[in-house]
Amino acid sequence: MARQGSKGGSGGVASRRAFLKGGVAAGAAAGGALATGALGGSAMAQNADNMAPNVADWSRYLGEGVDARPYGTPSEFEAHVVRRNVEWLTASPESSVNFTPLHDLEGIITPNGLCFERHHGGIAEVDPADYQLMINGLVDKPMIFTLQDLMRFPRVNRIYFLECAANSGMEWRGAQLNGCQFTHGMVHCLMYTGVPLKLILEEAGLKPNAKWLMPEGGDSSGMNRSVPIEKGLDDCLVAFKMNGEALRPEQGYPVRLVVPGWEGNMWVKWLRRIEVGDEPWHTREETSKYTDLLEDGKARRFTWVMDVKSVVTNPSPQAPLLVKGHNIITGLAWSGRGTIDRVDVTLDGGNNWRTARIDGPVLPMSLTRFYVEFDWQGEDLLLQSRAIDSTGDIQPTKDELRAVRGTNSIYHNNGIQTWHVRSNGEVENVEVS
Amino acid sequence: MSRFPELARVGAATLALSLLLAAGAASAGKFGIGREARDEEVAGWDIDIRPDGQGLPAGSGSVQQGEEVFLELCAACHGDFAEGVDRWPVLSGGADSLASEDPVKTVGSYWPYLSTVYDYIYRAMPFGDAQSLTPDEVYAITAYILYMNDVVGDETFVLSQENFADMRLPNEANFIPDARPDTPTLADGEPCMSDCKGQVEITGRARILDVTPDSDESN
Repeated sequence: MARQGSKGGSGGVASRRAFLKGGVAAGAAAGGALATGALGGSAMAQNADNMAPNVADWSRYLGEGVDARPYGTPSEFEAHVVRRNVEWLTASPESSVNFTPLHDLEGIITPNGLCFERHHGGIAEVDPADYQLMINGLVDKPMIFTLQDLMRFPRVNRIYFLECAANSGMEWRGAQLNGCQFTHGMVHCLMYTGVPLKLILEEAGLKPNAKWLMPEGGDSSGMNRSVPIEKGLDDCLVAFKMNGEALRPEQGYPVRLVVPGWEGNMWVKWLRRIEVGDEPWHTREETSKYTDLLEDGKARRFTWVMDVKSVVTNPSPQAPLLVKGHNIITGLAWSGRGTIDRVDVTLDGGNNWRTARIDGPVLPMSLTRFYVEFDWQGEDLLLQSRAIDSTGDIQPTKDELRAVRGTNSIYHNNGIQTWHVRSNGEVENVEVS
Repeated sequence: MSRFPELARVGAATLALSLLLAAGAASAGKFGIGREARDEEVAGWDIDIRPDGQGLPAGSGSVQQGEEVFLELCAACHGDFAEGVDRWPVLSGGADSLASEDPVKTVGSYWPYLSTVYDYIYRAMPFGDAQSLTPDEVYAITAYILYMNDVVGDETFVLSQENFADMRLPNEANFIPDARPDTPTLADGEPCMSDCKGQVEITGRARILDVTPDSDESN
């Protein structure tokens, strides 16, 4: 009996744990020793007992039955694929942000549990039985809708990205955070199921002088923003499902506003009220915050739309190149103004570009996935991607952005990102001439 | 049942009442979904304040009263003089800093409208005890913040529903409309595809290399 598998069930668990530990250790070293050592082989610690010609435990013994996981979760070997925050960025976790692990994901849909979080007063835990949406202000009748009411309206399914206006905000003055999770991870893309806001507003009846909407959250920050009525009547949704299931509490359960293509702060979570008015409110989140301070001290306000943007997610600092030879560059592109028409990728810091292959759905105001396949023989690379959208907007360089906006803007940094790939496969966030 | 298991927890009387309400005052819309909100329901939730004063409740508060409340409820995070503690927001100072390398965006230096101060304090402050302040307390705290920003110079100043909309903050005129797109588009020509730059140099590197927490401790 040479095979470890003959140890039986408990031995199987032990060997799985050993495997996991090895895998995690390798993951933690990403960006360090792993890349150097990995060039000759694989990224993960391996157990020969599980590999040909041996027969692994999982091939021999029964696994868990159907009721073991009533709500499925990812494999234990994927435990490193999590949202992460940068603790020193904010004063408290209740008013803070964490980041989507873009480098660990594929396609264009973000798994529900990995969508970045941004709260201003913590997560409101709303009982759906007590949920109410109030519509008041310049309407024929102020109205209250329950969750059951909302689910009796005609509903639609739409895929949209949501990007925080402060995504990449740390990078205005220069390269800062080493990982696309941290530089670009305040974005996610989901299929929402919801009611067109237009139908709900019409049910209350808009007065002729209705020009602005003020969605308000039911959390302890009472998040409120001014939304022009044209947008509200155009494509906004009152959504109650994400990727087919109920919204997660941290994404606004049971109901959030969807404001396609516009900055994430406007997508009010735990939506409890929409007031209709004839002027904007100039709330805290559209004056003190989410305004774009320029070099001359003036500040742009009501900068709602998210501009065309892209980033190479792999390789990136958390996902080094492991093996020489045939490799794949992949990333995401998006625009709040329409669809992605084209993504160009450079390996030499912007001197020469090639057009990437786009695969998967290309939808307006949605993430779009792109690929470039190439042969790598250990040479230094300066990777960038540049997206162009259906309105002809071109993703600018960071220097082009700084030339018109300075470096105090915080918000709306859609500049081209550069990753430096070293000969050992390590990747670093850099800026280039 | 599967979609609304919570219904099982709702008492029959409550359910009957809500059905009665729904039937009694349905919407005027084409679907007949929802019910009319009662005045007292709207009054309880309609807390927003606009720059023109719409939404302000009756009440008043002085700088001196505001100092007392501020020291008790606000200063732990915002500092005794609204100067900010640790990374909590700075509410005073920052004059003439907006065009500098280190802009300090406070109520006095940056915020365009005083209504925002009132609206935000009532809806979201104190942090963790939102919508708990009386109108007089919010007027008083707002007056104290004005005083700490030298917008008013007299500590006997009283802010009220009557004089609120007349107050102006110094930076109001410096907010301008969105001017994007403000970088080159296809209308300016196709982007360069080859031999665009010549020699490319690395001009900056990530300053923070260790943002990725240790994986086995982050779970």
